Amino acid sequence: MPNTPSTIAEKLESLWSLAPTTIERTPHAKELGMKFVAIDIGQTTMSLPYNPNLIGDADTRVMAGGAVTTLLDQCSGLAASSLFDPPVSVATLDLRIDYMRAATPNEAIVAQAHCYKATKHIAFVRAVAHDGDSDDPIATSQAIFMTAPIPNAEADKNSSETQLAGKESR
Amino acid sequence: MSRIIKQANPKLTEANISRALSRIPYARFLGIKPLLMGSELTMVLPYSDSIIGNSNLKALHGGAVGAFMEITAIVQLQLSSGSKKLAKPIGINIDYLRRGNPKDTYARAIVARQGRRVANVRVRAWQDNYEDPITILHGHFKSAHIED
Repeated sequence: MPNTPSTIAEKLESLWSLAPTTIERTPHAKELGMKFVAIDIGQTTMSLPYNPNLIGDADTRVMAGGAVTTLLDQCSGLAASSLFDPPVSVATLDLRIDYMRAATPNEAIVAQAHCYKATKHIAFVRAVAHDGDSDDPIATSQAIFMTAPIPNAEADKNSSETQLAGKESR
Repeated sequence: MSRIIKQANPKLTEANISRALSRIPYARFLGIKPLLMGSELTMVLPYSDSIIGNSNLKALHGGAVGAFMEITAIVQLQLSSGSKKLAKPIGINIDYLRRGNPKDTYARAIVARQGRRVANVRVRAWQDNYEDPITILHGHFKSAHIED
């Protein structure tokens, strides 16, 4: 894709018209209460407000590592998706997460993902989860995504766009 | 037979498993249930529409399956150590081998090594057949009895 100012503007416009509703269209992300925050080409920010249902240890009231996993997966998937032209739905192939510290109870968790490379079908994404200061991470992750097959072979040209950032386990 | 198994692993009882699970509100939120056969613990993630990640493909969310496997590892560690504290993940790797279909998912954890400070755990999740895993997790967890 030639990166002229007009194609970048066009791409950003298309991303901003679709990405904010991506959570709404992903049942599990919606169930957890995730929020879309921002998107750029290959970069996304999402948040997960504190939710007592997502606590991993009743003694500490810290949100579960699994909830952080889901947030990082969702955020990274959207970053991967945004680097394809047109944006496509992606599936997680490989996800590595390092947990640096416990999240702070009652605080929202923010995830920032950067898809730094995409080949024809594969995308590589790094992400960080924090609660306000990205230099003091709760967790960092490294993920690989693959473009998902289009369910209907007759899918029209727009279907890849309407599927933007649908997330699944492969 | 059951007496022999109980002697081998006295902590593995339905009551202990339920107690461990009740301390994890997120496990309840996901609807995770234990299934005990002899001394083998299998965890069940019952299908519900709320764990879908891609509506078009009706595929399970990679994060939901990942969280399910993490909880399976934590519960298995809690049972094998008998500690009052729950183990915490340090670093995990998840390989997604197959799409998660809209049906129940099962998982079983193996503690590859229980060290004094950390434990290495492997978890396999499957749907139709144990031999065809949909995801595999391996990683290190901070041993439950270690203080921060």
